[in-house]
Amino acid sequence: MQTYSYYPGCALERNAAVYHDSLMAVAESLDLTFTEVADWNCCGATEYITIDLIPAYALVGRNLALAAEQNCNGRSLVAPCSACFLNLKKADHYLAQSPELNRKVNQALAAGGLHYEPGSVHVKHLLEIITEDVGFEKVARAVKRPLFGLKIAPYYGCLIVRPVFDGTFDDAEQPTSMDTLMRTIGAEVVDFPAKAQCCGGHMTQISEAVALHLIHQLLKNAVDHGADVIAAICPMCQLNLDAYQDAVNKHYGTNFHIPILYFTQLLGLAFGFGEATMGIGQELVDARPALANIQVKPLKPVKRKRPSKTELPMPPKLQEVRSCLKNE
Amino acid sequence: MPQERIGVYVCHCGSNIAGTVDVEELTAWAGEALRHRGVVVARDYKFMCSSLGQDLIAKDIKEDALTRVVVAACSPHLHEATFRKACADAGMNPYLCELVSIREQVSWVHTDKAAATAKAKAVISGGVERVIHHAPLEPMSVPINPATLVVGGGIAGIQAAMEIADSGFHVYLVEREPSIGGHMAQFDKTFPTLDCAACILTPKMVSIGSHPHITLLTYSEVEQVDGYVGNFNVTVRKKASYVNSDLCTGCSVCEEKCPKSVIDPVFEAGLGYRKAIYRSFPQAVPKFPVIDADNCIYFDTGKCKACEIHCEAGAIDFEQEDQILELNVGNIILATGYDLFDARRETQYGYGRLANVFTSLEFERLTNAAGPTNGNIVLRDGETTPKSVGIIHCVGSRDRKFNNYCSVICCMQSLKFAHLVKERTGAEVFNFYIDMRTAYKEYDEFYQRVLSEGVHFIRGRVAEVTDVSNTPEEEDKLVIQIEDTRIGRQRRIPVDMVILSAALEPRHDSDEVAHQFGISCSVNGWFIEKHPKLDPVATMTEGIYIAGCAQGPKDIPSTVTQGAAAAARVLGRIQQKEMALEPIRAEVTEALCSGCRICNNLCPYTAIVFDEAKEVSVINAALCQGCGTCVAACPSNAISGTQFSNEQVMAQLHGLLMLNIMEPVVS
Repeated sequence: MQTYSYYPGCALERNAAVYHDSLMAVAESLDLTFTEVADWNCCGATEYITIDLIPAYALVGRNLALAAEQNCNGRSLVAPCSACFLNLKKADHYLAQSPELNRKVNQALAAGGLHYEPGSVHVKHLLEIITEDVGFEKVARAVKRPLFGLKIAPYYGCLIVRPVFDGTFDDAEQPTSMDTLMRTIGAEVVDFPAKAQCCGGHMTQISEAVALHLIHQLLKNAVDHGADVIAAICPMCQLNLDAYQDAVNKHYGTNFHIPILYFTQLLGLAFGFGEATMGIGQELVDARPALANIQVKPLKPVKRKRPSKTELPMPPKLQEVRSCLKNE
Repeated sequence: MPQERIGVYVCHCGSNIAGTVDVEELTAWAGEALRHRGVVVARDYKFMCSSLGQDLIAKDIKEDALTRVVVAACSPHLHEATFRKACADAGMNPYLCELVSIREQVSWVHTDKAAATAKAKAVISGGVERVIHHAPLEPMSVPINPATLVVGGGIAGIQAAMEIADSGFHVYLVEREPSIGGHMAQFDKTFPTLDCAACILTPKMVSIGSHPHITLLTYSEVEQVDGYVGNFNVTVRKKASYVNSDLCTGCSVCEEKCPKSVIDPVFEAGLGYRKAIYRSFPQAVPKFPVIDADNCIYFDTGKCKACEIHCEAGAIDFEQEDQILELNVGNIILATGYDLFDARRETQYGYGRLANVFTSLEFERLTNAAGPTNGNIVLRDGETTPKSVGIIHCVGSRDRKFNNYCSVICCMQSLKFAHLVKERTGAEVFNFYIDMRTAYKEYDEFYQRVLSEGVHFIRGRVAEVTDVSNTPEEEDKLVIQIEDTRIGRQRRIPVDMVILSAALEPRHDSDEVAHQFGISCSVNGWFIEKHPKLDPVATMTEGIYIAGCAQGPKDIPSTVTQGAAAAARVLGRIQQKEMALEPIRAEVTEALCSGCRICNNLCPYTAIVFDEAKEVSVINAALCQGCGTCVAACPSNAISGTQFSNEQVMAQLHGLLMLNIMEPVVS
């Protein structure tokens, strides 16, 4: 049994409630306990830092300070939302780097009777915990109903892999941890080159054309590569790709209807939870037709066509891209 | 102790020292304040290292009967030998001269003239106290074995071996691969003249193979190196090739008949295949194939033997074993070359994921008439000629994530590629560069030629190569996303093929090799030369020389130059027949040695052995390099370093702290 401090973030209480419910169910199957940080506040999302630096960092600093204060036995802090994860990680990183910032932020925290020592809370994304702390073997053991035949495009978004702070857990350009995780639960993983591109974030509110362009690129890339479902790890990504599909179709004259599910919903289905328990059906683009593709038996492996006589060999795949990234 | 008669000489080094240190005051001070320590003459001069400066010292030694000399000038690395020789020529034992640095350690690192002058006084004071304790030393002499070991059979090693062998001295050339030739043998054309690499390289390879003074040891690796300059003992493992070279005619029927084909990651850079029994390429030297036991069907299953069945000469010998050879050589040249940066690590460029992204070495094979496509520039399908090609410079170079340095050859290599693509396919070619670096004879002319051929040059660091398309024009293309810094705009350029000009990196095992030969690697992993400008092919270890890319990235002309230079240095040593060694050595005082052997394993030069009969440690003076490790480690103070005795070091500290001035030492 591993215990983590849990920072849900605002989205998981509202539009991403299914993310919260499904991750809690999955956590139980994987012997994880998530203890919510008491009295947490908003992380400031992606905008506040560009508006007023000190209050923005103080906002995140308060969450870190609370987590540190309530942190029994030095457990890590898990954030399932990529924006929350990055804000917590970034604040911790820059507070440690800049004594001046640290002093001002702690001055603000002191007004609330709090103090935060940079580096004292280890922030992790939910995906990192499941792929690294739990590990694929344990996930495989929890699978009761493999998602055979379901073609998944694993979508990482831009916030959990970049920038590369110390200890960032996957490749910054072409991450692979969720690919392996989805294969572990029996699903087919399609090639999805756009997997670490931006979903547009709040550009939907500021400059819709820019956001639609980014969302269109992602949807098109996943569909072009034959995906049934896009697996998301961030409420913002899920919302943009799900809620703006109609707008994209109107704007580009396309006809996308690809469901966007949280990766925890897919894990939960594989672990034997019912569709209703996993909140399936609450998404705007209904996932049920796609989930009907799930087979009882694994698909027959597609026979690789014999390379033509003239074809030149490809370089072998790099097994562990991260291990060769020099420590900075 | 009888009072020594000491001369102090302060160098201005033009304005190098005089600009920051008040040399007149310093000289006057030394003559006055250190008179009670034996300073009888103190002079300053514009350039002490000039012959006039040296004459000043010589004259004083003779006329003033000096017994010690202190020169305050540059680092001993630069001119210690100069001033020692000047003293020796004037009849003084050269080891009674001490050079103290007031340039590298004073004037170059300070700006406050008064403080710098005060520090220079302390440095001189330290030198004076130290030199009092110097003893006359006689250099040792070791004979030089005229045979030479060259490690690495690329163009650097080939050049070095040839120069030495042509002078009539024996060379052992050790090469890891089955053939010599190195990276140059993989190329089709060489910049900027575009002459054929094979045409200029293979005659040299053939000469190496047939040279009466060269023992060629391919498919071999150095396992151990013992000894010292003039007398190295080298252990070489000659890997079993399972082919008897006395019988093999090099007919290559075995290669044709071998049923096992594998990707060749070395010579073909992964772009082509070879058999389990193979020669790296048809013009291989030596011409004998080797069996790659890891991929051979017979070694795997005990069946097949196709090669043996078809070998009319009966040269296949599955029972052959590795051979261990012991070589005695006087000097060693390391020409071990480079590895190509693994471009898969730059994940944003898609190498390994996107089929039509190629590395520079793959592209060399693609253009080579003897390569997998017979020189046709085609996409990974082996058939389609690209209509547009992007060449990305500085992949893994000038990049803080990987290598900070410039790999030197990539700009010119990329220009060569651009020219070849244009010439052979007529495709549109885009070069993506950060800075163009074409500084060498006729290099910039080649750049201008390629410019005039209509190749596009876009300045900026490519952000990514992607197959995610935005527009119909980008469908099924590789899109290069870049900030064009000359127009200040983001651009997306769709192409059919991308070539990554990947960095040159030190060999993956360069650290181990450096350790084996007792030399050092730089932070980046390249072998360190003795002096970056004035001694680029020697190392800090006597008798070990370096040449070619093992010392740092370089093109073929520079590599050949270094190969020849290293050979010239070795030939110079051989001609001397024997060589004087610095008498700076550690010595064991047997009466004090407790026989604890702590020093035995610490010595980086394995110069210390234990005398079982006397139960004391003994230092081999010829092996000892005077590093002082054992001196510091000895718990009984039984080891002293000549020229670095405790007495000398303590005296110098005493002087540096000006204790000799404040409370005159009673000696």
